[in-house]
Amino acid sequence: MTDVLPTGERRQLAPPVTERGALGWIRKNLFSSWANGITTVVLLVAVVWFLQGFLNWAVFTATFTAPNGQACRGHGACWALIHEKYRYIFFGSFPYQQHWRPLLAILTMLAMLISSADRRMWNSRLIWIWTIGSFVTFLLMFGVLSFPISLFLFVALAVGGLGLILRGVIADPVELNAYRALLAIGAIGLVLRVLGVMPAWSLTIAPFDYVETGLWGGLPVTMILATYGLVFAFPYGVLLALGRRSKLPLIKGLCVGFIELIRGVPLISLLIMASVMLPLFLPQGTTIDKFLRALVAVILFAGAYIAEIIRGGLQSLPKGQFEAADAMALNYPQKTILVILPQALRVVIPPLINTFIGFFKDTSLVLIIGIFDFLNTANQALVDPNWAGFPAEVYIFAAFVYFLFCFSMSRYSKYLEVELNKGTRR
Amino acid sequence: MAVDALGSASRTKKVPPWNDPTIRGWVFQIVVVGLVGALAWFLVSNTLENLARQKIASGFSYLNREAGFEIGDTMIAYSPASTYARAMFVGLLNTLKVAVLGIALATILGTLLGVGRLSPNWLLSKLCEYYVEIFRNVPLLLWLFLIYKMISEAFPGPRQAINVLNSFFLSNRGLYFPVPLADPIHEWMGVGLIVGIVATYFMARWARRRQEATGQPFHTIYAGIGLVVGIPLLIWVAGGAPRGVSWPELKGFNFVGGTVIQPEFTALLVGLVLYTSAFVAEIVRSGILALNKGQSEAAAAIGLSRGQVMRLVLLPQAMRIIVPPMTSQYLNVTKNSSLAIAIGYPDLVASVNVTINQTGQAIENVLIIMAVYLTVSLSISAFMNWYNKRIALTER
Repeated sequence: MTDVLPTGERRQLAPPVTERGALGWIRKNLFSSWANGITTVVLLVAVVWFLQGFLNWAVFTATFTAPNGQACRGHGACWALIHEKYRYIFFGSFPYQQHWRPLLAILTMLAMLISSADRRMWNSRLIWIWTIGSFVTFLLMFGVLSFPISLFLFVALAVGGLGLILRGVIADPVELNAYRALLAIGAIGLVLRVLGVMPAWSLTIAPFDYVETGLWGGLPVTMILATYGLVFAFPYGVLLALGRRSKLPLIKGLCVGFIELIRGVPLISLLIMASVMLPLFLPQGTTIDKFLRALVAVILFAGAYIAEIIRGGLQSLPKGQFEAADAMALNYPQKTILVILPQALRVVIPPLINTFIGFFKDTSLVLIIGIFDFLNTANQALVDPNWAGFPAEVYIFAAFVYFLFCFSMSRYSKYLEVELNKGTRR
Repeated sequence: MAVDALGSASRTKKVPPWNDPTIRGWVFQIVVVGLVGALAWFLVSNTLENLARQKIASGFSYLNREAGFEIGDTMIAYSPASTYARAMFVGLLNTLKVAVLGIALATILGTLLGVGRLSPNWLLSKLCEYYVEIFRNVPLLLWLFLIYKMISEAFPGPRQAINVLNSFFLSNRGLYFPVPLADPIHEWMGVGLIVGIVATYFMARWARRRQEATGQPFHTIYAGIGLVVGIPLLIWVAGGAPRGVSWPELKGFNFVGGTVIQPEFTALLVGLVLYTSAFVAEIVRSGILALNKGQSEAAAAIGLSRGQVMRLVLLPQAMRIIVPPMTSQYLNVTKNSSLAIAIGYPDLVASVNVTINQTGQAIENVLIIMAVYLTVSLSISAFMNWYNKRIALTER
């Protein structure tokens, strides 16, 4: 056999066996040099040692069912503790027979989050998904929801006002009249309500037993604090960001001062402030729910961080966009809502998701002011004297749940970064 | 001509005041500031009313009263008879201790992990990746609880302490180890250490200038170690070389003598470092990846060693990308050190929180926390901005 073909060309030889296939891959990636080889061997020994110890503890000698903690002693991991306590860890002190309600609430919120992740949903459908989803979530959690008439009037006022500002030039007369009617109904109704002419009607929906927020606990609390903390912080973060970019010195000064103040202090100090100072801020006789206090602190905190991210998006827009909008004689709300924000927000979706991951983790701090979030219920599961002495099992379980949420969101954010840049990448 | 006519027409035509952007702007600002002011007035007046009704004192005079609570870990002399102000200062020193150590260790560990993720060794880079993903996707507070509980559950009690050479005792009360007996010469050795560090700084500057001028290198590292270690050592010898040592001994249920690293401190520091280093690793990795490959190839082509390529060519450029996000990580470490309260380490927030419970003066105390953290945050930002400016690319 010769390597030269009759035509004079060289025969294509396969690379040597040490350069291809699994062997080639190992040689290239694990043993490319002496130092590399030694590193590989040392790491391999360490990994095997660790995995053997861990699996031995977590699987081979573990107890999966046991009547109490005593039965677990002397063995490996006590997963029986999780088996015993998982309902408390997930749902806290919510009435035991009604646990299906927080479970459904978690699933509803998951469905909202997952459907919002789909780019085909990024239109007006999103508003409906979130309105209905939020309604269902809170109905399940509270059991009884009561909407005062002023809320409906306020929504009418807001929809009418925004419609007139944004679509004043392009809408047909029928639509415009509808906005005017909504605006008028809202404004007149609110005035009558404030004057006391209109009674305090409210619409009450009460399909289940009422459960106060003090009994809420576990995963729904963590999810509600993170999700609604961010949802409410978002519009106000947008306003702060616009204010910081404003040419009006007083507005700019207020916004810069507020953002830097909040970003300079730890979340704990805001939580302590909300828990001990908020009751002092309000008129005598008004009490404010502990859960709501924590939510207020989270919103204040999140708004400042969101504002900085959105400012990044605003700064990335070319000046021509602002000038073109001015040239078309759009007023400030039209320019901002129709031209600037849609482009600026698009750029900042991935960093916003990363902020959401951060807040999902940071909500665990509310346990310091006595809210029973997921980490706190996990903590409380350790207190039971029958099951004392197995902190690692509970924390590893809780860590696993947090990891599932955060890791999948960070993967999504990475995917979206690539996806949204497809149009601009060469 | 037409342009001229248009220009003069618009100049002569008077704009009604409600369409004048300047006037509109001022009206809008006055309205917003008025609303914010009204809200502030509403809150302040409610607060004053509530304070008067609940008979809560106001003002900062309580700071000079006796605190009356114990603090487990103190860097300066403190007893329950000390004032609230001193209790808070002790807490602040603890916060700063954790923050400084945490920043230093997280930077070192994070840089190693970040470089490790770029290693050609598949196993090493995968392990670093798993580390980063595991640590940054779980709340810091959970890590703190886990580490703290592991220390207090997994280590034996003081009587069964792990004994190393009869001088190091590791138990669930912390790590006890011997220290030299207090001696006035130690303060002078501290001064000597600072002198040594300052001298090393000026020597390094002189050595760099000389190398730039003449090309002669100078062993800055060895000379620096000599200065930093040598000066305190000389002072120690000159002070009569006191060799008294305080040894930890088991008395009753705990150790006396020596000094201790407490489990709360260890858990806080380890948790902060492990968590933050995952973020630092990502920053370092993306900083190095952002550099053009030609940089390392060109550096290798002019005959620099691998270490020199990293130190003289790659890192100085990567630093420009790394420093701004690193600044915000350093701020995070400082702010996150306030989680100490959850595992019972006496930092600033923990001291102030006890003070709130004892005095009931929430507003003053929360203001103190915020003012202190703002000062610390702004100082770190100012320092990092100065450093960033120093290493920034100097263009024409």
